[in-house]
Amino acid sequence: MYLNQFLIFAAILFCIGVYGVLVRKNGVLVLMSIELILNSVNINLVAFGAFNGDIAGQVFALFVIAVAAAEVGVGLAIVLLIYRNRRSIDVAEANLLKG
Amino acid sequence: MFAAEAAETAVPWLYENVWLIPALPATSFLLILFFGKRLPFKGAEIGITSVVAAFVLAVLTTFTWVGDVEGGNTAYGTVKVADEKHSDEEHGDDHSHSEDEDHGSSEEEHDDEEHDDEGALLVDGDGGDAQPIAFTAGSLAAVEEGDYEPRGAAVVTEVNWFESGLNVFRIGTLVDGQSVMMLFVVTFISMLVHIYSTDYVNGDRRYTHYFAFLSLFTASMLFMVLSSNTLQLIVGWELVGVCSFGLIGHWWEEKPNSDAALKAFLTNRVGDIGLLVGMSILFFGAGQTFDIVEINTKALNGEISGTVTTWAAVCLMAAVMSKSGQFILHTWLPDAMAGPTPVSALIHAATMVVAGVYMIGRLYGVFWEGFSIFGGTLNLMAFIGGLTTVGGGLLAFVQRDIKKVLAYSTVSQLGYMVLALGVGAYTAAMFHLFTHAFFKACLFLGAGSVSHACHHSFDMKADMGGLRKHMPITFWTFIIGSAALAGVPPLAGFWSKDEILIGAGVWPGTGGNGTYLIPFIFGMLTAAMTAAYMTRTVWLTFFGEYRGHDHPHESGRRITVPLIILATMAVFVGFLNVPKSFVSTIGLPEDWGLLFEEWVEPAGQTYFPFDGFTHAKPSLSLAIVATLLATGAGFLVLRYYQALYRKDPMASEYSDGLRARNGLAAAGYRVLENKYYLDHLYTGIIAGATKGPLARAAYWFNQNVLDGIVNVAGFISVRAGRFIYYFIDQGVVDGTVNASGRTASGSGQFLRRIQTGQVRQYATLMFGAAALLAAVFIFAV
Amino acid sequence: MSEFLLDWGITAMVFLPLVGALIMMVIPGSDEETHKTIALAATVATAVIGVLLLLDFDYDNTRTLQFAVDRSWIDVINARYFVALDGMSLPLVALTLLVVPLVIIYSWNHIPSPGNPKVFLILILVLHTGMLGTFVAQDLVLFFVFFEVVLLPMYFMIGVWGGEQRMYASIKFFLYTLFGSALMLVSFLALYWVTGSVTFSIPGLIEEVAANDIALSTQVLIFGGMFMGFGIKVPMFPFHTWLPDAHTQAPTQGSVILAAVLLKLGTYGFVRIALPILPEAAIEWAPWIGLLACIGIIYGALGCLAQTDMKRLIAFSSVAHMGYVMLGIATLTDFGINAAIFGMVAHGLITGMLFFIAGSVKDRYHTLEIKRLGGLLVQAPHMGWILGFTTMASLGLPGLAGFWGEFPAILAAYQPASGLDTTLFRVYMVVAAIGTVLAAAYLLWLLQRTAFGTPSEEFKDDPEIHDMVPTEYVAWIPLLILIVVLGFVPGLVFDVTNGPVTAVADALEAAGSAAAGTAIGE
Repeated sequence: MYLNQFLIFAAILFCIGVYGVLVRKNGVLVLMSIELILNSVNINLVAFGAFNGDIAGQVFALFVIAVAAAEVGVGLAIVLLIYRNRRSIDVAEANLLKG
Repeated sequence: MFAAEAAETAVPWLYENVWLIPALPATSFLLILFFGKRLPFKGAEIGITSVVAAFVLAVLTTFTWVGDVEGGNTAYGTVKVADEKHSDEEHGDDHSHSEDEDHGSSEEEHDDEEHDDEGALLVDGDGGDAQPIAFTAGSLAAVEEGDYEPRGAAVVTEVNWFESGLNVFRIGTLVDGQSVMMLFVVTFISMLVHIYSTDYVNGDRRYTHYFAFLSLFTASMLFMVLSSNTLQLIVGWELVGVCSFGLIGHWWEEKPNSDAALKAFLTNRVGDIGLLVGMSILFFGAGQTFDIVEINTKALNGEISGTVTTWAAVCLMAAVMSKSGQFILHTWLPDAMAGPTPVSALIHAATMVVAGVYMIGRLYGVFWEGFSIFGGTLNLMAFIGGLTTVGGGLLAFVQRDIKKVLAYSTVSQLGYMVLALGVGAYTAAMFHLFTHAFFKACLFLGAGSVSHACHHSFDMKADMGGLRKHMPITFWTFIIGSAALAGVPPLAGFWSKDEILIGAGVWPGTGGNGTYLIPFIFGMLTAAMTAAYMTRTVWLTFFGEYRGHDHPHESGRRITVPLIILATMAVFVGFLNVPKSFVSTIGLPEDWGLLFEEWVEPAGQTYFPFDGFTHAKPSLSLAIVATLLATGAGFLVLRYYQALYRKDPMASEYSDGLRARNGLAAAGYRVLENKYYLDHLYTGIIAGATKGPLARAAYWFNQNVLDGIVNVAGFISVRAGRFIYYFIDQGVVDGTVNASGRTASGSGQFLRRIQTGQVRQYATLMFGAAALLAAVFIFAV
Repeated sequence: MSEFLLDWGITAMVFLPLVGALIMMVIPGSDEETHKTIALAATVATAVIGVLLLLDFDYDNTRTLQFAVDRSWIDVINARYFVALDGMSLPLVALTLLVVPLVIIYSWNHIPSPGNPKVFLILILVLHTGMLGTFVAQDLVLFFVFFEVVLLPMYFMIGVWGGEQRMYASIKFFLYTLFGSALMLVSFLALYWVTGSVTFSIPGLIEEVAANDIALSTQVLIFGGMFMGFGIKVPMFPFHTWLPDAHTQAPTQGSVILAAVLLKLGTYGFVRIALPILPEAAIEWAPWIGLLACIGIIYGALGCLAQTDMKRLIAFSSVAHMGYVMLGIATLTDFGINAAIFGMVAHGLITGMLFFIAGSVKDRYHTLEIKRLGGLLVQAPHMGWILGFTTMASLGLPGLAGFWGEFPAILAAYQPASGLDTTLFRVYMVVAAIGTVLAAAYLLWLLQRTAFGTPSEEFKDDPEIHDMVPTEYVAWIPLLILIVVLGFVPGLVFDVTNGPVTAVADALEAAGSAAAGTAIGE
């Protein structure tokens, strides 16, 4: 078992997440992609923690999971509101902050 | 005061309180000013009362003085009032003037004896040594020649006036022969003029005002006469000047009168430059003091350097020239005749104009040293006096106006007095001042009486002639006055003039203080001329046929009585100073001779010339020659007019006289008629230039150059301001501000494009940036 | 009572007019009588306090600062609220206390157009505070503040109530003075720094300058700044050109205050600040001050002779008269400085009086052109005689106040303080003496042309021309009486000023002989 196997996996996961964030128009899918990014980070944290014999990595991963759950809750609520107002969850249409 | 007087030499009350004499008319001035118009006689009664009271006091003072001198009761010492407020704290401990320390210490002595009640007098009666100024009372300790009994020491009474620097300036009175003589003259003439004026200016538009000014003048003149220091002298000197101004311009509605007043005042101011400068020089020269006695003493002791006394004397001479009408500043005096005639008699003949002569007498020590009068042959004073006496006499010949004749005659006689002082004949000068006051006042008042009769005209040629039949009293008094002026023996003028002539020291056997040939010649010439022009005046006025248009009549008693009194004086006052040899010749006690000299001259005192000061000896031959000269000249003029009368009784001059025939004579006459062109010089050139081009140039300079600079500076500032505003402020400074604003908004315009509102785009940027940073971290580190 | 005077007397005196002004501000302007009454009451109350101070003053110690109050004020720069009276300021304070109420009495029926007595009187009261404050301030910053307080009211007075060219005149006055005071302030600050930033108090600075060995050139420069500040205010030739315009355009009250008090701020500054603090520099500057003073005397007189307007003539005469004051100061002797202070008081009384008369003549004739006037003595005899009297006083007639400012100054120039060129000053003396003739010439000429003669056709039957009215009598008589009294009892001023002046003169003398000593030593 090598560390870099975990890292490469995490990197692939990260890239998929990024791709999803940037490309998908569906708000729910964007949120899921963000979830992917966060979990790729979690993998990295756990992997580093295991290889270095440090429990802190796993503790940190736990925190990230908790925060991610909250984030998804808020994100879904936003998406829900957008949908209610616009009858659409296309993020490309949500440009009210345009300068 | 009385406690202090317990000492053996009690100072007569009158000497200490002689200030009452000027105070009386001064009070009268104020009373007339504020209440005069409401009184039954419009204020004249106050004026007359006060001047009579002053005269009585003056006579009493004179008798006291004469009694003291005769009784040999001389040294009272100097009376000084204690310094009421003389805080030592104020007087620095470390000042450099050593003179003042002497002063300071002696004044502190006085502090010890301070009296509490105000005005308390502290009389230091015990001789010279304890005096603040030790020499004031001192008679000449060692009289080398043994000639003179020291007599008539000045009695000074002073109070503190003010302090400046380390000096305490005092104000007070100085009583000595000279001031007592003047007190008598001023109050006497003033009294007669007051009485005369009640008739003469009766019904005048400013009757009350006239009397107020007469009172003020009398007060100022007496104040000046009694001055114990030169500062006070200056004050009095100017005050009489301003009274003269007010009275010359009494009828100021007419411009010539106010012009004459202005001329008098301004000419005197020119002389006052000399007075102010001269007195300043003396003040410092004598070690910061204004005290007359001290200045004289120091000058005679040689404590003041010769240069200083000379400069001071020259400067003061300028003041004498203006005030006493000496050439070349005499021109105001004839013009001053624009004033009422009694004023001319009082101010411009008897009293004020002799102030210059009086001042020379007061500071004779300074002039004596300054001009080195002893043993000289000519000096500035004698020369100016001589020039004036001849120049004035010549001018008197060509006047039509009787008052102007008398005015020029006054100029001429004043020149005589100055000449006398210049040759060292102090007593002769004072005596001439004394006698001249009476006969010249008599003549002026007589001229006033004449004009009163001839409807206020003074033109002898047009409106007079033959008046002897119509106004006999005026005629006889005028004749006596003229004879006295011309020096006909034994009238007053003869004696005084004779003394001046012998004083020049030229005539064999007279001695004198030097040999003043030129002044002597001038004096002799004047003696002849005076007789001649007075004969002309008398003839034109009183003889021949009446040329006016009216019926002249004798004046009232308020005019004739003063005339008679003055004529009597003109006859008799000369006997006050006849030579002792003459007195003994006619079988009288020798003591009766030279009384005036004994009473007035402070010979033997330290403050009066002693070194080489001698009296000239009388000379019978000179008296005879001078008298012959005068009577001869008078006689010639008389014959001239008699011939004219025979030709045409109504004529006042020959139609084909010398002037018509001889070009030189005509030219001379023109010069005289134009008064040597001095008026043209003063009014036309000097005053004209000052008032015209010079003042205009100064003002032009002010408006165009100075103000121009200011305005140009202002203009340039405005221009610079505009430049700064438009280019720097609006362009650069504001430009920067604007540019920054523009930049901000421009960049904003650019940057807003980034903000699309597209979340994904933001995310792209974020990830791109993160990637970029990662790359940087990876490859750069 | 005495306790109160000791601690609060000067402060109360200085700020009472300001209190009056504040009260007037809250009262509507339509009630003119009330305003006049309050203004008069405020100035009279000020004068009462002033008189109490004068009575309580210890005349045996004129040298010491009395009723001194020294409290902290602006600690950062060590400026303190330091006010006191001594013999040098006393006559000028008294003059101010006298003149301002008289001006307000005169204003009773002489409010110049465009009216509005409320503001006009408020300005006078503010001026009053400023002037009194300047004379009692013993701290340079305080002095400067008061000095500047005076400026604005006068600016508005000329600019609003002035004649036809009031804008020009007021701006000229303002800028000129401000220019001078800017330099003066720089000098004050320089003085503060070169002495080690310890104090701004005048007595303190005198000691500090003496203690610190400051280079002569620095002192001379600092003196130069003060010279500009004070000299413009005096005004000295050639900085005088604001004066004729300001005087001519100002309303009568403004002219009177300007002539009587404001011009003295400059000369007072010289004797109070410049000479005592910088004696060595004073010796360097004195010949030049004397020169400018002499030029001013002759030049002012010539300027007068060229005038056609009565008020402008009087204004120019101020240049000449202040020349005598400056000559007195330039001699650096006790005589000269005493004469200068006397001259300030005398000039205040006399020229103030002349401006009053000019104002009243203008009220009646609506012109001051000398050519058109004449016969004042016929139409208004009392006013005519008062004009005659005042001109006589102004030309320095002995027995009246003017003489004691003039002659002692001439006298002092004969022997200036050591370190000065005697010959040069003797020349000045003669020039100044010649100036007296010119003074007589222009004043008598004025008198002749306006008062003598008969009235011209134009004004012969003018019903508006009448003799003096009661407010004029009340306002003028105190001045006239003082002119006579000071003329005969000059000790009233001399004895008071002599103490502090001797102290200053001694210091100058010491500095002068020291300078002369080094010169010989070299």
